[in-house]
Amino acid sequence: MRALLLRDLRLALRAGGGFGLGLAFFLIVIVLVPFSVGPAAELLGRIAPGVLWLGALLACLLSLDRLLAVDWEDGALDLLATSPLPLEGVLAIKAVAHWITTGLPLVVAAPVFGVLLNLASPGYGVLVLSLLLGTPALSMIGAFGAALTVGIKRGGLLLSLLVLPLYVPILIFGAEAARRGAEGLDPTTPLLMLAGITGVVLALMPFAAGAVLRVNLR
Amino acid sequence: MPDLGKYADAVLSAYAVSIVLLVAIVGLSLWRGARVRADMRAVEERTRRDG
Amino acid sequence: MSLWEYANPVKFLRLSERVLPWLWGLSAVCLVVGLVWGFFFTPDDFRQGSTVKIIYLHVPSALMAINAWFMMLVASLIWIVRRHHVSALAARAAAPVGVVMTLIALFTGAIWGQPMWGTWWAWDPRLTSFLILFLFYLGYIALWEAIEDPDTAADLTSILCLVGTVFAVLSRYAVNFWNQGLHQGASLSLDKEENVADVFYQPLLLCIAGFVLLFFALVLYRTGTEIRVRRTRALIAREGKLA
Repeated sequence: MRALLLRDLRLALRAGGGFGLGLAFFLIVIVLVPFSVGPAAELLGRIAPGVLWLGALLACLLSLDRLLAVDWEDGALDLLATSPLPLEGVLAIKAVAHWITTGLPLVVAAPVFGVLLNLASPGYGVLVLSLLLGTPALSMIGAFGAALTVGIKRGGLLLSLLVLPLYVPILIFGAEAARRGAEGLDPTTPLLMLAGITGVVLALMPFAAGAVLRVNLR
Repeated sequence: MPDLGKYADAVLSAYAVSIVLLVAIVGLSLWRGARVRADMRAVEERTRRDG
Repeated sequence: MSLWEYANPVKFLRLSERVLPWLWGLSAVCLVVGLVWGFFFTPDDFRQGSTVKIIYLHVPSALMAINAWFMMLVASLIWIVRRHHVSALAARAAAPVGVVMTLIALFTGAIWGQPMWGTWWAWDPRLTSFLILFLFYLGYIALWEAIEDPDTAADLTSILCLVGTVFAVLSRYAVNFWNQGLHQGASLSLDKEENVADVFYQPLLLCIAGFVLLFFALVLYRTGTEIRVRRTRALIAREGKLA
């Protein structure tokens, strides 16, 4: 399992798309926001938690269709399916690799981008915490979506249509926690809900994704 | 026609939209059903003649 | 004689041929009588004026929008457990009907909301959940359309339906939470069932019955269509092999 994780990470690094592209996309989204709503600092500060969450979510979505497609095209996925490792485990590892290359950099960069959007000072800790709790679930749901659409040519758009509605509860609780943090309110409830959802997703989603991928490999 | 008062536009447009949508889904279903039925009959005829 | 007999496509078609005329007729009668009764022969509400007449479309369609998804869930489960093709096709056939019901509920809701709440659209929990439900329907249908092999498509969409149900319920609660977080205690939603008096209640029941019957008629008919599509395709494939 560790070998697979290391292999996926190395591939992502060598392809150069992993760390850089998601972050750059995140930055672009954040930069475009003031252009679209105006540079008023007070307004930006108010919408900053939501915008940061939305940007992180979109950046996460962007790299999903490559999650399984590369291994599908060169046949590595068939090899993995016949290996002693259960397919559920393979997908969980892939989701972890995706999170390390996409989610983790977003979490680290979010406070920096928060400065650009004039995020209120008490909000930074909660923002990072909520992203840290929420992004693993985004990657895992994404792995499910990627497994669903892996056999479809140009499945990227379909993937977004399938995955984005599933992201709704996570976005709601994550952004709510970040907003409460920024306004100095108590963010415990949404954070706990977010942690609960992430826990359930991480525990159960590999099975759904594994079942789906097995159908696609038939 | 009952007197709908000042909300006549709202009520009438709600009924219009709903009825159009209902008729559309029923019509589409029937149209596609009839076409598929004809196709199947044609293919069945052909296979019976050939085979 | 058990229910599972109708998992056989031929028997299913024969049964649906017999039942369908009755279903179409009954649903038409219920809908026409219910709507005409509701539209022409019920008084206006003292607070809402004539807009109360929208209830005869709004409530039944909203009910059926949710029930259609529920029916798809049951059909998907039957497909996963017992692998009856008719079941998978019924789920596929129900989805567009569900979309139409959701659209009617959303449109009539917006038209009703404009004079009553002063806005076409508010991010009220119920409205928002319906919009999310609509997105789920779209994704489900898109996945069906995108996959060529019918069995693969049936497997994938039924798993998507299961996962989607869990997340739709989650979203429902999340949305509730989110809106309360925004404006405390300000409830836009009128409690629909509480203050419906008998005059409105009886035609409403008829309309609901009409929508339910219409839904069943549509699903039965469309499932038959899907079965025929598949049979035609199989025949053509066999023809190609023989030639």
